[in-house]
Amino acid sequence: MPEATEKERSGKVVVRCTVNGRDAELSGFPMARLLDVLREELKLTGTKEGCGEGECGACSVFINGKIVNSCLVPLMQVEGARVVTIEGIASDEQLNAIQEAFIETGGAQCGICTPGMVMAAVNLLDRNSEPTESDIRAGLAGNLCRCTGYMKIFEAVVRACQHSGVKR
Amino acid sequence: MRAYLPAYELQRPASLDEALRLLASAPGEWRPFAGGTDLMVLLEAGKLEHRKFFSIWHLDELRGIEETIEHITLGALTTYTELQSNETMRREFPMLCVAASETGAIAIQNRGTLGGNIANASPAADSPPALIVYGAELELVSARGARWIAYEGFHTAYKQMRMEPDELISRIRLPRASAGDNWKQYYRKVGTRKAQAISKICFAGAARLGDGQIEEARISMGSVAPTVVSCTKTASILRGRRVNKETIGAAQGEMKKEIVPIDDLRSTADYRLQVSLNLLEDFLLSLER
Amino acid sequence: MQTRFIGKPMPRKEGREKVTGRARYIDDITMPGMLFGATVRSPVPRGRIKEIRFDPQIPWDEFTIVTAQDVPGSNYVALIVNDQPYLADRLVNHAEEPVLLLAHTDKYLLEEARRAVRLEIEPLPPVFTLDESDEKKEIIWGEDNVFKSFLVEKGNVDDVWAGADFIVEGEYRTGAQEQLYIETNGVIAVANPEEGVTVWGSMQCPYYVHKALIKLFNLPEDKIRVVQTETGGGFGGKEEYPSMIAGHAALLAWKSGKPVKIIYDRAEDMAATTKRHPSRTRHRTAVTRDGRLLGMEIDFVVDGGAYATLSAVVLSRGTIHAAGPYNCPNVRIRSRAVATNVPPHGAFRGFGAPQSIFALERHMNKVARAVGLSPEEFRRRNFIREGETTATSQVIREAVDMQRLVERAFELSDYRDKQERFARENESARVKRGVGFASFMHGAGFTGSGEKYLQSIVGAEATPEGRVRILAANTEIGQGTNTIFAQIAAEALGLDFEQIEVAQPDTANVPNSGPTVASRTTMIVGKLVESAALSLRQTLQNSKLLADSYSPEDFSRACRDYLAKYGQLKSFSQYKQPAEIDWDDEKYRGDAYGAFAWAVYVAEVSVDTLTFEARVEDFVAVQEVGRVINPTMAAGQIEGGVAQGIGYTLFENVVWRGGRMINNQMTNYIIPTTADIPPIRVHFEEMPYEHGPGGAKGIGELPMDGAAPAILNAIENATGLELNQIPLMPEQLMEAFRGEHA
Repeated sequence: MPEATEKERSGKVVVRCTVNGRDAELSGFPMARLLDVLREELKLTGTKEGCGEGECGACSVFINGKIVNSCLVPLMQVEGARVVTIEGIASDEQLNAIQEAFIETGGAQCGICTPGMVMAAVNLLDRNSEPTESDIRAGLAGNLCRCTGYMKIFEAVVRACQHSGVKR
Repeated sequence: MRAYLPAYELQRPASLDEALRLLASAPGEWRPFAGGTDLMVLLEAGKLEHRKFFSIWHLDELRGIEETIEHITLGALTTYTELQSNETMRREFPMLCVAASETGAIAIQNRGTLGGNIANASPAADSPPALIVYGAELELVSARGARWIAYEGFHTAYKQMRMEPDELISRIRLPRASAGDNWKQYYRKVGTRKAQAISKICFAGAARLGDGQIEEARISMGSVAPTVVSCTKTASILRGRRVNKETIGAAQGEMKKEIVPIDDLRSTADYRLQVSLNLLEDFLLSLER
Repeated sequence: MQTRFIGKPMPRKEGREKVTGRARYIDDITMPGMLFGATVRSPVPRGRIKEIRFDPQIPWDEFTIVTAQDVPGSNYVALIVNDQPYLADRLVNHAEEPVLLLAHTDKYLLEEARRAVRLEIEPLPPVFTLDESDEKKEIIWGEDNVFKSFLVEKGNVDDVWAGADFIVEGEYRTGAQEQLYIETNGVIAVANPEEGVTVWGSMQCPYYVHKALIKLFNLPEDKIRVVQTETGGGFGGKEEYPSMIAGHAALLAWKSGKPVKIIYDRAEDMAATTKRHPSRTRHRTAVTRDGRLLGMEIDFVVDGGAYATLSAVVLSRGTIHAAGPYNCPNVRIRSRAVATNVPPHGAFRGFGAPQSIFALERHMNKVARAVGLSPEEFRRRNFIREGETTATSQVIREAVDMQRLVERAFELSDYRDKQERFARENESARVKRGVGFASFMHGAGFTGSGEKYLQSIVGAEATPEGRVRILAANTEIGQGTNTIFAQIAAEALGLDFEQIEVAQPDTANVPNSGPTVASRTTMIVGKLVESAALSLRQTLQNSKLLADSYSPEDFSRACRDYLAKYGQLKSFSQYKQPAEIDWDDEKYRGDAYGAFAWAVYVAEVSVDTLTFEARVEDFVAVQEVGRVINPTMAAGQIEGGVAQGIGYTLFENVVWRGGRMINNQMTNYIIPTTADIPPIRVHFEEMPYEHGPGGAKGIGELPMDGAAPAILNAIENATGLELNQIPLMPEQLMEAFRGEHA
C-alpha cells in the first residue's frame, strides 16, 4: 500500500486501540503524545493541554479503566488499549451524574480544567462510591483549577454521590 | 511540544528476550522506556537528548508482586498504584507505600513504576530512601543472564548507576526481615505543597530497639546530595545508645558530614540541612513515643 | 423586593458545553492551510541586537519570517504609553522580549527552527529590582526610570508628628505572581490587504486588541475584527497581553497570506507574559495614646518591568487603596511605578490593591501593638463610617459598618475562642496555631473619571426566534458574565432565563462596552444591560406591538412581529456617570470609585516548627457587596480569589535569575492543589447599591486582597514572628525563627 510506505518513510506508525468504545487506527510518530493524537487525528478536543508535564490533569483520560495524563503517554503505548475521553463520559444527551452536579453546584467556571476534573471525579467514584472529604481531596489532587478554589468541585462530587447513591 | 518528534524512535519488542537482544545489539544505543512519567516531561521540554528508545510497558515478564517467607519481590514495572494496594506492602513496608502515594497524583501513580523511578536516578525521587532503609536488592538482566545486586551504592554519582549498558532492571527484592515488627519506621517527605510536590527533603529511617537501646538503625535521605544518601555513619553511631540529648547531638553531628545539600530553584542548602537535622531528631524522639 | 432571577443560583449558561468538553477554546479550532507561529525571544535582559544568524541546517525558504522591518504600521503595542515594540528592533529591554517570528505548517520543524535562530546581542547593564531602579544608578527608561507617580494629600501630615503619642514605621514587600490561567495564551489570525485583519483568541478585552491592531497595521477600524473564543481563565493575565500575541499572529498571517495560529506552551507563557507587580511599601503612622489615627505617610513603589503597559493604572489602584477603610484626617501617599529589565508586569486580579493592602493590614497590627491594643480594638476605633472621608477625600455615602463585618467574621470563625485556646496550647506544641484577620475595601469599576472616558455602550437585539440577545464586548472568562447578564435582562423584562442570549464578543457585532476588568462587568456593564433591555421593550411598546402587561410568549411574538415589519430591532444604552461622582485627576482627589465592597477575612494557620511549613487550616470570608446577583457564582468568585490569595502568600514564588523566571513550569511554580486549600466559608452581607443592577456592586477582585495579610497576621499570632514579606516560603520562616532565637 502506497500510504503505508509513505508512513514508514516518515517514521510514523499505526496503532490500533479503541477510543470511547469504537475501534480506532491512530497514526503518528511513535513518541507523539496521546493528547495530540486524540485532539488532532480524532478531533476529540475536549481533552485539554494545561502544562504538558503531568502536573495539571487537564489532559486526563482513562486507559484500560485507569486515569492517566494523556500528555505523558506516547502513541506507541496505546496499542491494544481501551481509551476513554471526556467525549465518552456522557451518553448522547444524558449527562453523567458528575457532569450534572458540576453544573448545579458551580463546579465549572472558565471550564478549561473541567473535562479533566470530571474525568478524575468519575474515576474517583468508580473506585470509591462513598468518598470522605479527604478521599475527594486526594482523588482530585492531580487536577489543578485556578478559578474555583475547589470548594464547589468538592460539593459537586458529594452531590453526585447523593444523586447516584441509590444506583450504586 | 518542543521536541522534534520525527527524530525519536520508540520500538515495541514482542518479549523481554527480544528487548534484551535489542539492548545487546548495540549497547548504549537503545534505552528502555517504561511509564514515561519522567521521559515524556523531558521530551515535551525539548530536553530529551537520547533519541532511541524501546517500550517495556507491555512486557508482563516485568510485572507482578511475589511473596515468599523471606522476600517480597516486585516486578520493575510495578506501578505506584499497584505497590500501595498490596496488603503485605502496606503492612510491612509502609514507608515505600507512603512514598508511592506521595509521588505525583493518581494519574502519575498509575503510570510511574518503581523500576523507572530507580533508573531515572533522580536524587529527588521519593522511593529510593525507603528502598535503602529496607535493604532492597535489584535484579539486573541482560542477554548474558541475570544477577542480583544490593540497591545501596547503586547510584554512584549524579545520574550514574552501577549497571552495564546492556542491562535492564527487572525486579526489586525486599527482605522481610528488614521490616519486622520490632522495627520502628519513620518516613517524611518535605515538599512545597501537600500533594504532587517534588521533594525538598525526603527522610526514611528505621530502628530496632532492645532494652531501651537502639540495637540497629538505618537512615537514608533524598534531595540532599547528588544521589540518594545512605547515612551509614549516622546510623552506626546510634548503635547501643539510648535516645537522649547527647545521642541526638552526636547523630546530627555525623549527619552534617554525610549530606551535601545545595541551593536550587526549589530550596536552599541551609534549609535542607536544618530540616534534615530536625527530622533526624524527630525520628529519634519517635522511637520513644 | 420580589425577584425571579436576581439573587437566584441560576446555572451557568455555557455549563453544559464546559462539562462535556464541547466548549471550543482557541486551540480546539483549526483552519484550512493554517500555519503555526513561534516567537524567537531575547536570551539577555538588556542589550543591542548586533546580528541575527540562521543555522543552515533548517530549510528557511519554507518559513515565513517576520522582523521589525515587516511591520506595516507602527511597531508598538498601543495602550497607554506607546513604548513597547511588537518586535524589538535595535534594543532589547528584557529577557524573553520578542525579536523575530516564524511560521510553518509543521509545528515540530517550527521548534527546531526556533532553536536554530541565534541572536547576537551586545549586553548593556541591566536593572533587576525596584530598589536598584529607584536608586537610579542606571537609567533604563525615560529620564528617571519612573513610568508614573502619584501624590495623594489629605489634611497636612507634616503637622502631626510633633503631637503624636506614637510614631510607628514599617516596610512591607510583595513578590511577583503568575496568573496561571490553565489555558495558555493563544490566537488565530487571518490577515491580508483586501479583507483586513481578523483575530480569534483567548482574551478579556477584544477592543484593546482592536485598538492595538489598528495602529500595528495602520488600517481603519472597520478593517480590524477581533473575536473572543471561549477563554480558559484570565485573572488580568489576558487583559493587555493578547494585544501582543494577536499582533504577532496577524503579522505572520499578513506576510504569509495564510491563517496563523500561535499557542504558547506553559513554559513560554510563564516566562514571557505578564505577572503581578512586585512591590515595596513604607509606612509611617502617627497615633494618639488612645489609638486614634492622626496621620499616615505612605510610600508605595511597584516594579513595572521593562515597559509601561498598564503600570500607571495598577499603581493608581494600589495608591488609592493604600490607606484602606480607615478614617484618618491627615494622609500623604506618594507612589511610583519604576522600570526594570524583566518582562513587563501587568494586570492581575486586584490590580495593585493586594500589594498595598497587604502592607497596610500588616502595619495596622504593628501600630495596634505599639499602642497596646488588640488588632481588632485598634481597628474598631478607626474604621471609616458613613459621612467620613477616604484618603482621596471621597465622602462615604453608604451605611458602611466594618465593625459588624468583624463581629460576623469572628463569630463564624470562632476567632476569640481559638485565639485563647491556641495561646494556651502553643507553649508546648511542636505545631503552633494562630488566627489573624484583615479588614479592607475594594473599589468597583474604573478609577475616578475612567468610566466617564470609556463611554461604554451595550446593545440588546431581538432575534428571529423571539429572544433577546445582549450585545456587549465583556467576556465570559469563567466569572459568569453570560449568566449574570441573562439574569439581569430576564429580570428587567420579566422574561424566562432561556429567552436571553448573550452574543459572542466580536468587534464586528458588539459595541464597545469596555474591558472585562476592574470588577466592572456586573456593576457598570450589567446596569447598561438592564437599560438596553428596557429600551428595547420601550420600542416594542411604542410600536404598539407589545402591551403594558405581557407574558413571555407575548414578548416573543412582539419581537417576531417587529422584525417582520421593520427588519431589525436593536437598542443601545450608554454609560452616564451618576451626577454626584466628582473626581479631580490633577490633584488625585475626590470620588475614586462609584462604590466599594467591604470585607473582613479571617485565617487560621498552623506552623510546623520541624519543617517551618505554614498551612492555612480554615478561612472565613465575610463581605458586603451590595445585592448578590447569583449566590453560587458570587461564592465561587470569593473562594477562587481566596485560593489565589493563599497561593500568593505561601506557595507562589517566582524564582528569578538574570531577569528570567527559571521556575517556569507548573512542577516548580507551585499553586495550591485540592489538598492545600482549607475549607473556605463565604458569607455575604447585602446592602443594595442604588446605581448597580438589582443593587449589585463589583466583587471580582475583592477576594484577592485579604488572604495575604490575614495569613501573616495569623502566623504572627501563632509564632510571635513579624513577617512582612510575601511569598513567605518555609526557607524564610526558618530564618525568622532563627533570628528570634539568636
